[in-house]
Amino acid sequence: MKPEPITVTSLNKYIKNKVAEDEYLKSVFVKGEISNFKHHYTGHMYFTLKDENSLIKCIMFKSSTATLNFSPKDGMKILVLGSVAVFERDGIYQIYVKAMQEDGIGDLYKKYEELKNKLEKEGYFDLNHKKKIEFMPRTIGVLTSQTGAVIRDIINVSTRRNPNVHIRLFPIPVQGKGAELEIADSIRLMNEKQLADVLILARGGGSIEDLWPFNEEVTARAIYNSKIPIISAVGHETDFTIADFVADLRAPTPSAAAELAVPDINEVNTKIETYKSRYKNALKKKIEYMNLRYQKCMASKAFTDPTSKIKELYIQLDNQIKILENTIVNKIKDLKTNALEVMSRLDTLSPLKTLTRGYAIAEKDKKTIKSIKDIKKDDIIDLKFIDGKIETKVI
Amino acid sequence: MEEKINFEDTMKQLEEVVQNLENGELNLDESIKEFEKGMKLSKNASKYLEDAEKKITILVKDKDGGLEEKEF
Repeated sequence: MKPEPITVTSLNKYIKNKVAEDEYLKSVFVKGEISNFKHHYTGHMYFTLKDENSLIKCIMFKSSTATLNFSPKDGMKILVLGSVAVFERDGIYQIYVKAMQEDGIGDLYKKYEELKNKLEKEGYFDLNHKKKIEFMPRTIGVLTSQTGAVIRDIINVSTRRNPNVHIRLFPIPVQGKGAELEIADSIRLMNEKQLADVLILARGGGSIEDLWPFNEEVTARAIYNSKIPIISAVGHETDFTIADFVADLRAPTPSAAAELAVPDINEVNTKIETYKSRYKNALKKKIEYMNLRYQKCMASKAFTDPTSKIKELYIQLDNQIKILENTIVNKIKDLKTNALEVMSRLDTLSPLKTLTRGYAIAEKDKKTIKSIKDIKKDDIIDLKFIDGKIETKVI
Repeated sequence: MEEKINFEDTMKQLEEVVQNLENGELNLDESIKEFEKGMKLSKNASKYLEDAEKKITILVKDKDGGLEEKEF
């Protein structure tokens, strides 16, 4: 009997079903090296996983690639988890990768933890060793790759915040063997020649292997010994490298590092202007207050009528004088009255008064003759009348 | 040679001047002195900002191991 041929399609369908029925092939965990890696524009990843003797095709759909924490590249050693299935159209079997991880990462994490613990014990992460970032640094030293988005981001953010900033790039390799030595050397040189007021050590995101130079002890020591403060911005926000722990300030991204290093000049200028108007107003108020006090002072009587006190004293003086005058006048009056009284009494006693009544006074040698015995015959005596005297002779 | 100022200190002093003056406890002479100090400080601060010029440079190692600075 002549065998009936089957179609290629039927055969592949048969094989596909056979493979699909296999429980073991539904979940395989495979290690190998990537080659022929292609990241298709649809978002799917196509590559070959190989070891020394064999290879197998792999596909990772876009829906699964979202969870990747590294960028797969040719030559990278990886572990994949997936299922093996047949692609009918091409008659090939391949791994449909659900998850992928870098091989050897476990070792790196161990090294990372060991170094981190060691440096922590040695005080490399101590807060009191952290240097203060100058508020308005003139020169920002940037240690990063000369090409790529990182330096562009830093320049863009810095010059947007302060158009007059000086950015001094010191290009360094940010990954690969020996990069840590060049990083350390760049930090040393910037310090030695004092080429910056603050340093930004930056690198974009990458796999733990890519970031490894920032987890090396030589890098950590260089950062620790730097006299210039260092802001680190290595990898993504979720990546913490040793460099980040040692640095004086850690920025989540290179752009954020630029924001931390460069203050917004508009804000600063506004602050200066505000201070200016505040101290101007304060002095103005002070002067107004002093002026008010001055006005109050000047409005007082002492200044508006400075002679009033003198006038007042004059009036008092005048009064006193008047009182004094009155006293004297009265005194004189009294004395006058007294005198008159005495005089009138005197008057009544006066012999002259007697003469008015027709008596005469006889005098001899200017002496009043009081007795007949005072005179004798032929004496010349004066007879005084009220209105004159005559000489007479005793007969 | 321009007087090298510490910008942060200058701003701090400026703030102190403002507070001293706003306190109003100084006499007129002292107030005027503080005011003059404020003027000097704010002038210095503004000058510091104006004097800086935009430069984006790259350091290149020359063959003798020295550093050369070039426009980026």
